[in-house]
Amino acid sequence: MSAHQSCRHLLASLSEFVDGELDEKLCAEIERHLADCENCRIVIDSLEKTVSLYQTVSKTETVPDEVRERLFHRLKLDEFLES
Amino acid sequence: MSNRKTKEVFSLDALRAGDRAEFARLVETYYEMIYRLALKMLNDSQDAEDILQETFIKAYQHIRNFDGRSELSTWLYRIATNEALMQLRRKRPQTFSIENPEFSDEAEPEPVQIVDWCCLPEEELISAEAQARMDVAIEKLPASLRVVFVLRDIQGLSTRETGEVLDLSETAVKTRLSRARLRLREDLSSYYAERLGEENRP
Ligand SMILES: [Zn+2]
Repeated sequence: MSAHQSCRHLLASLSEFVDGELDEKLCAEIERHLADCENCRIVIDSLEKTVSLYQTVSKTETVPDEVRERLFHRLKLDEFLES
Repeated sequence: MSNRKTKEVFSLDALRAGDRAEFARLVETYYEMIYRLALKMLNDSQDAEDILQETFIKAYQHIRNFDGRSELSTWLYRIATNEALMQLRRKRPQTFSIENPEFSDEAEPEPVQIVDWCCLPEEELISAEAQARMDVAIEKLPASLRVVFVLRDIQGLSTRETGEVLDLSETAVKTRLSRARLRLREDLSSYYAERLGEENRP
């Protein structure tokens, strides 16, 4: 199989590879391929980074207090707002 | 994991009996995660607030039917996800294209953007502009991929839990997640490639 064909062939497994959920055999195959394929190394790195950026950003997002207040009010739970 | 922060110790009997204090505790524990889910799904704070409120109204009405087989958080996610998908269908029907990734054998398109942008400084990677691009990238995903990405990667649910919320097999969850991630990667890469280009310009 040419290098290019194996890139295509492995593409669908990269996401599971990143999660460490891939079976050993396929995992080893990807690792071997990555040793000689810079393109796939870049795709994997940027795939991992993409996911981690979304996670980083969402951790910094807070829910406004008024959203909680309006929710409790709508649910007629105002008496529990203080807790 | 966000929904594991507080161990679920709710009295189902009290909830089913309509106990207000116990219900308030349930709301307190889960409102943030539901709001975040809705915000990521709809990218609109007013819509997200509507979904949040509807979710707990429905939860209060239907708690008697909760059989306790799944976790309460999973059950709430299921209600919220359905609400969010309905809202999307109403307001943005284009996100429900004929494309149905579950039944499509078509492989993901080959990666086009092969640019190593991981070395960009953190403040550039998560600048306000970059964050806006990230939100747009999620919005471009078809709803069926978006919901899996949000549950798995942003809310931190496991593959199994995501499957439970959406009534999907684990294989289907993994396939959709892979496609969502690859598309987002492509989209972000084209943005960061531009940033890299500007940085390297003399
Ligand atoms: Zn390759």
